[in-house]
Amino acid sequence: MKRHLISAADLTRDDAILILDTAEELAHIAERPIKKLPTLRGRTVVNLFFEDSTRTRISFEAAAKRLSADVINFSAKGSSVSKGESLKDTALTLQAMGADAVVIRHHASGAPHRLAGSGWLRGSVVNAGDGTHEHPTQALLDAFTMRRRLAGGRGDLEGRRITLVGDVLHSRVARSNVLLLATLGAEVTLVAPPTLLPIGVETWPCTVSYDLDAPLPKSDAVMMLRVQRERMNAAFFPTEREYSRRYGLDLRRMAMLPEHAIVMHPGPMNRGMEIAADVADSTRSTIVEQVTNGVSVRMAVLYLLLGGNEPAQSTPGGVTANTPSTPGAATASNGRTGTEEIAQ
Amino acid sequence: MTAPRNTSGGTSAARPKDLDPATARAVLDPSDINRALTRIAHEIVERAKGADDVVLLGIPTRGVALARRLGERLASIEDGAKVPVGALDITMYRDDLRLGPARALERTEIPAEGIDGKLVVLVDDVLYSGRTIRAALDALNDIGRPRAVQLAVLVDRGHRELPIRADYVGKNLPTSQRETVKVHLAEYDGRDAVLLGTRAADPAAHTDAEK
Amino acid sequence: MSTYLIKDARILGGDAQDVLIRDGLIAGIGAGLAAEDATVVEAAGQILLPGLVDLHTHLREPGREDAETVATGANAAALGGFTAVHAMANTDPVADTAGTVEQVWRLGQESGRCDVHPVGAVTVGLAGKRLAELGAMADSAARVRVFSDDGKCVDDAVIMRRALEYVKAFDGVVAQHAQEPRLTEGAQMNEGTVSGELGLRGWPAVAEESIIARDVLLTAHVGSRLHVCHVSTAGSVEILRWAKSKGWNVTAEVTPHHLLLTDELVRSYDPVYKVNPPLRTAADVAALREALADGTIDAVATDHAPHPGEDKDCEWAVAAMGMLGLETALSIVQETMVDTGLLDWAGVADRMSTRPADIGRLDGHGRPIAVGEPANLVLVDPGARRTVEPSELASRSRNTPYAGLVLPGRVVATFLRGVPTVIDGKLA
Repeated sequence: MKRHLISAADLTRDDAILILDTAEELAHIAERPIKKLPTLRGRTVVNLFFEDSTRTRISFEAAAKRLSADVINFSAKGSSVSKGESLKDTALTLQAMGADAVVIRHHASGAPHRLAGSGWLRGSVVNAGDGTHEHPTQALLDAFTMRRRLAGGRGDLEGRRITLVGDVLHSRVARSNVLLLATLGAEVTLVAPPTLLPIGVETWPCTVSYDLDAPLPKSDAVMMLRVQRERMNAAFFPTEREYSRRYGLDLRRMAMLPEHAIVMHPGPMNRGMEIAADVADSTRSTIVEQVTNGVSVRMAVLYLLLGGNEPAQSTPGGVTANTPSTPGAATASNGRTGTEEIAQ
Repeated sequence: MTAPRNTSGGTSAARPKDLDPATARAVLDPSDINRALTRIAHEIVERAKGADDVVLLGIPTRGVALARRLGERLASIEDGAKVPVGALDITMYRDDLRLGPARALERTEIPAEGIDGKLVVLVDDVLYSGRTIRAALDALNDIGRPRAVQLAVLVDRGHRELPIRADYVGKNLPTSQRETVKVHLAEYDGRDAVLLGTRAADPAAHTDAEK
Repeated sequence: MSTYLIKDARILGGDAQDVLIRDGLIAGIGAGLAAEDATVVEAAGQILLPGLVDLHTHLREPGREDAETVATGANAAALGGFTAVHAMANTDPVADTAGTVEQVWRLGQESGRCDVHPVGAVTVGLAGKRLAELGAMADSAARVRVFSDDGKCVDDAVIMRRALEYVKAFDGVVAQHAQEPRLTEGAQMNEGTVSGELGLRGWPAVAEESIIARDVLLTAHVGSRLHVCHVSTAGSVEILRWAKSKGWNVTAEVTPHHLLLTDELVRSYDPVYKVNPPLRTAADVAALREALADGTIDAVATDHAPHPGEDKDCEWAVAAMGMLGLETALSIVQETMVDTGLLDWAGVADRMSTRPADIGRLDGHGRPIAVGEPANLVLVDPGARRTVEPSELASRSRNTPYAGLVLPGRVVATFLRGVPTVIDGKLA
C-alpha cells in the first residue's frame, strides 16, 4: 500500500482486498466486551475537518480510538483556519504536534493530495472526502458491505453488477466507487440525467445509462447518491418531482431488482427525493450496516497505514489464508512461519 | 522489504529467517509429531481431570492446525466429547509491530461457548522468546476471563526473553540463536516435519527485526 | 552614447555577419566590420533577432507590488529578450484613466530596461458596464492603442460593439479575454476527461470559442480591429482561420504555456499549473502550434502573471490563476516551434516582434534589422541549455510552471535603442 490514501486509484486489487480482509477481522472486535485494541498506542491521528461531517468524523474517531491511537479533532470552524490560516500553516502545525496520520475532509478537490505531496507533513494522509473528487474510505466500506452481502465476505467482486444512481457530477462517492469497484472486478453502471454526468465519463471504467429501469433487473446492488435540492436552481433538472420520478428508487423500481439485490446509500439521505422512505427502511437496505462497516474499514486503513514502520504490503491472493489448504498448496501469507516468534 | 510475509509460492527464493535448505535436518519426523501430540493430549486430560471445560486456542498459523489435531485426540480419549477449538490471532498485540511494515491479520475464531470460566490451552508450534505468548495473554484478556490458561507447544527451543514457560511440550530442542526451527504440517506444507538448520542469508537485511 | 560591434551573429538565423550599433541605431551590417571605439560582442553561433515585443503581461503595479513592479517586470522582460511589453490594465487602481496609464508608462521609462506600454481598460473598473475614457488614454503620454479588460471578458455584446467602434477613431484595438462568464462560473481547469476525474469545475472550450465567434462577427460588422488574447483551443483556431479567410481585421496571440503544457499536469493539484484560460489538451496544443506556424495566430504573448508564494502555496480551488512567462518565453518557443521545425528564426522574429509591434502600433519596435533602424535587438544562443530555477528569476514572484525543466536557448544580450539591458545573460 502507498503511504497515503488519497484516491481509490491508489489501491491495487491486492491492497483493496487486504483492507477488506483486515476489516473483516476487525469487525469482530465490535462484538467483544472490550472493543479496544492496543495496536496504535502512542500514535496520534488528527481529524482535520474543513467541512462539517459529523458522521465521517465520528466514524474515523471511533476507528482510531478502538486502536488506542490518540485522536485530535481539528475542526476548521472556530479555529485559526476560519481566521484565514492557510492549509500550509495548518499542516506545519500538525507536523509540529507529531501527527502520525492526518484524516482530512476538505471542500476543495485535491486538498488531501496537496497535503500529502507538499512536504509540509511527514505522516500519512487519509482522504475523508475532498470537494467533488473522492472519498476512498466510503468506497471501501461500500465494497465491504457488498462483499459481505454478495460474495460471502471474501475475495473480490468479480462480475457483480453494481448500479450507481444520481448526481455523479458532484459526487466524490461515485468517483471513488467507480474506481474501486472496477479494481475489484465489478461491472458498474452509472445512471443519471445527462446534466449530472461529468464530461469525459465515457473514459471511466463503467457504462452509463440515462434510464434507471433498464439496469435494475440485472443489478446485484443499487446505490443511490444524494442529490441536493439546490441543484435544480442551476438547471441540472427541472423539478424535484421530475427528478424523483425519473431517477428516484421507489417500491416499483425496487421490485424490479433480483431477489438477492441490495439497496445502498452513503447518507445523508433525501427521503422522497432519490430514495423513497419505504425503500430506505426495507430489509434490502444496507444503509445502517454501511455505517457500522465504516468503523471496521477505517480501523483497517489506519492499522495498515500506521501499524508498522511503513504501510502494509499486500500479497497476491488475499491474506486470511488461515484455513488449512490442501497439501502442497501455498503456505499462509502471514509473516509467521513455523520458525518464528515475536522479535525473533 | 517485507521478506517473510510474501510467501505466495512457499518454495520460492530464500527469505530471511528461512531455513537454509543445505543445512536443514529433520529433528522430528511425522511419527514423532504424532506421538508428541498424543502425549500432550493425555497430559491435558490428566491435568484437567477430563476435558469438560477445555478450550483449545491455536495461534496462527500452525498453532491452529496443532490445536485442531489436539482437539481430535482429546475427543477420542474422552470418548467423543466435543472439545471446542478456535484460533487466536495475536498480530494486533505484538510488541514488534513498529519494526516492520504493518502485518496482515489472521483469523481469530473464538468458539461459541466463549472462554469465560474455561480452561484455555494456547497451542503454538515453537516456543522461543515467549513474546508471542505474552501477546496472546493480552489478547485473551480482552476477550474474556478463563478459569486458567495453559500453554502447549510442539517444540520448545529455549532462549526465553520473558518469564513464560510451557505446560505441555512436544520436544525440548536445545538450539543456538543462529539456528532456526521450521515446523512443517501436512495441512499447510504437505507433510509433517520439524527441521533444524541455520538461517538462509538475508539479502534484504531485515536486521532491525532480528534479535 | 556607446558603440557596440556584434561579431558573427546570424541575423534571423541566416549567415554570420557583423552588426555595428551606434547612437541607438543600427549603423552597419556586413562581414568584417571594425570600429575602434566599439565594445565588441562575440556572437559566433548566436542568433540576432529584433527585440521581442510582448502584447500581454501583468506587471501588478500599482496595487500588488508584492507580486511584481514595473521595474522588476521590466528586468524580467529584458532578460527574456524583450524590448517592449504591454502591461495589462487589471491593476489596483485599474488602468482606466489617463493618469494611471501615464504612471505605468513613466515607471517603465524610469527603469530603462524595457519600454512598458500600458494597456487601457475597456470599461471603467473592468466592470463591463461603462466605457472607460479610451480617447484620453490614447491621447495621453502613454499613447495607448491596446485596450483590454483582460482577466475579465467584455461579455456584453453592446459594450463590445461600442468599444470596437470607438477605438477606430485612434487606430486602437480591443484585446478580448474571451471567456463566456456564465459557462465558466467557478471554473477551475479545462473541462474534459481530467476535470471529470479530478472533480474540479470545468472551463469548457466553448466558453472561449463562443465569445471569439461573436467578436469576429461584431468586428466585421463595424469594420474595426479585434485582437484575441491567449487563444487556447483548437476550436478557437478554426474560428480565427475562418475570420481571417474573410479578410476581417482579426489578430490573435497564444501564450508559451499553451504551446507546451496540457491539463494532464493538473493531476498534481499543484496550483502552479492553474492559469486562465486553463491548460488544455494535447490536441489543442498541437492545433495552437500549427496555427502559430501558419500565421492564423499572429503572435506569442506571455500573459506573464506573477503571484506571491502564498497565493500558490495552497489548495487548488483558492489559488490565484496565472504563471510567469517573460524569462522563459523564447526558450519555450524554441522548444515547441523551432526545434520541432514548425518555425524558423525569421518566423520567431515575426511572431514575437514584428507582428505584436504592429498590433500594438508601436513605432521603433519590431522593425527589420537594417541600417538606420533603431537598435532594439536580442542575441540568442540557441545551443545553450538551462535548467529553470525559480529562485534565479528576476521577477519578484516564483510561479513558473517550468521549475526544474531543462529548456533550450539562452538570451545572451538585449539592446534597447542601442543600450544593452542584458549582457552575457545578466542585467547590464
